[in-house]
Amino acid sequence: MIDFVIPLADWVNAGFKVVSYHLSPILRSLSEILEVLIRLFESILLWPPEAVFMVLTGLIVWRLATPRLAVFAVIGFLAAFGMGVWAETMATIALALSGTAVSLLVGVPLGILASQNNVAERIIRPLLDFMQTLPSFVYLIPAVMFFGMGKVAALVATMIFAMPPAVRLTNLGIREVSREMVEAARAFGSNRWQTLMDVQLPLALPTIMAGVNQCIMMSLAMTVIASMIGAGGLGLVVLRSMQTLDIGMGAVGGISIVILAILLDRLTETISRKQKAGRDI
Amino acid sequence: MNIIEVQNLYKIFGKKPKKALEMISQGYSKEDILADTGQTVGINNVSFTVKAGESFVVMGLSGSGKSTLIRCLNRLIEPTSGHVLIEGKDITNMDVEDLQEIRRKKVSMVFQSFAIFPHRTVLENAAYGLKVRGVSPKEREEKAFEALEMVGLKGWEHSLPSQLSGGMQQRVGLARALATEPEILLMDEAFSALDPLIRKEMQNELLELQERMRKSILFITHDLDEALRIGDRIALMKDGEIVQIGTPEEILMSPSTKYVQKFVEDVDRSRVLTAEMVMKKPTVVVYFPKDGPRVALRRMEEYSISSIFVIDRERHLKGLVMAEDALTAVENNKKDLDEILITDIPTALPDTSVKDMFSLLTGKSLPLAIINEERKLQGVVVRGSVMAKLAEGGMVND
Repeated sequence: MIDFVIPLADWVNAGFKVVSYHLSPILRSLSEILEVLIRLFESILLWPPEAVFMVLTGLIVWRLATPRLAVFAVIGFLAAFGMGVWAETMATIALALSGTAVSLLVGVPLGILASQNNVAERIIRPLLDFMQTLPSFVYLIPAVMFFGMGKVAALVATMIFAMPPAVRLTNLGIREVSREMVEAARAFGSNRWQTLMDVQLPLALPTIMAGVNQCIMMSLAMTVIASMIGAGGLGLVVLRSMQTLDIGMGAVGGISIVILAILLDRLTETISRKQKAGRDI
Repeated sequence: MNIIEVQNLYKIFGKKPKKALEMISQGYSKEDILADTGQTVGINNVSFTVKAGESFVVMGLSGSGKSTLIRCLNRLIEPTSGHVLIEGKDITNMDVEDLQEIRRKKVSMVFQSFAIFPHRTVLENAAYGLKVRGVSPKEREEKAFEALEMVGLKGWEHSLPSQLSGGMQQRVGLARALATEPEILLMDEAFSALDPLIRKEMQNELLELQERMRKSILFITHDLDEALRIGDRIALMKDGEIVQIGTPEEILMSPSTKYVQKFVEDVDRSRVLTAEMVMKKPTVVVYFPKDGPRVALRRMEEYSISSIFVIDRERHLKGLVMAEDALTAVENNKKDLDEILITDIPTALPDTSVKDMFSLLTGKSLPLAIINEERKLQGVVVRGSVMAKLAEGGMVND
């Protein structure tokens, strides 16, 4: 037998050192920005008293979606409050929302770029495949190495995990806009920007919204996993219960996460359905 | 003046157009080129001109290259070689900005699938071309309102396209194209997706609009009836080539190839033939008030007819006199035609189609008077002569 191993692990470690050394000033300022973002979401969510928060959420959900979902939302938050995981629930929502915000902020423009340029698409697509197929635990490590344990690292990991559907579905949505529509826009003298803003993006919106929905769900899923690198929130409740074999605690964390997931999923789904209705030919 | 001039236009689909062009110039057929190089010849050496204010129809079956051709005229599809001149300016070598200017101001387009934007109101759709051009919201709304009124969509401005029927959606498409006040309208099978009744209605309205606006229209269709109705001139396309260009009459009367003949055979001749083409010169008439019943009776006997048209000196139609009535008048020793003149008689204009004349002729033994707008007698149509002409047409086609 040949006593030889491809030293990939060594290479990656060495490379990481170099990269993190040179990137550290950028990373630090990026880290600060992300930190501010999470803090902002958290403080907004934790600012009103629980009862006020529930009423407000109920009203907003009522307005954006359906009365039924509003009732579900209020009962769900009541349950979280009653089980004593209010602060954790808010922390999880904050992280999931910041994860979604950052993912969309980066993902949608990337998707637009991919839709406009075949070369860009050919570069972006394998990167997305890579990000999506990589086991999520694996990029917890570089996230920690670049940003240290804590919420920022968790946010970065969340972003990597949740961004691909936003990019993919934005690209798909725009490319799926019928050729005739684009042709009509061009025939009247629209340039690329006008075609994009007036025709392609509005018509791709339902698909992009499906991307947003997935993005939110994946952010939520990742905040649980990211509790291992200091994301806190409901994920931490689950993690602790695992470490102490406390099944009861695990159930509390798990059920709260499920309630959040259902609420966010139905909410985005209903919004995009409402938006779509009435404009199909 | 030629507003559109197309010179030796070629469009090759594929990655090696040069090779295909070379083979065309060596006389290879489309099939050979496809087999040899994998290149598809879309447009093969097409040249024609469209005069300002003319309705020019390009007709051909699906796959004949007509949709490709119309898209070459505003470069939605890039021609491979040849020139397209719009108002004398060659657009094939224009940069993108100039081309966009042309599309914004000079040339607009109506699509087979309507291609109106479902997320915008009817008004916003109609105003789209002006929005692209950067016209202020107020002005473009005004013009869009006007255009919508012109196509009969007044009152629908704030509806969404999904609330409209197919015919109305295409009216929006037409309004959008008219709102920019272009010189040239490109209409790509604009009415083909509509059901026959609505299609006819739209054709009529287009003709009416055209009467007022005198735009230059390039109209694509696969329907010869439509081509004959709309076209001042018609170009027939086959396999990417134009096989004949001519007025509707020329195409019908002397189809230049078997291919054209095939098309022409399908046309219902009764719709194409007009009164003018089947009528006889009105040589046998009596003049009012000069002639009396005796003269009328004598002329009828002479030509063995049972009725005769009465006209004044300027050839204005006065009416008709029947032989029996003339005889009675003569026996009663009447001097003039006043009392026996029948004024309520069927008449038609010279461009009335034979089909429409049938209803006027059936059930009546009276001949049909063909008069112009000033009621001057132009000709006479009797049932027999219409039938003869229709039969004769059938023979030509065999």
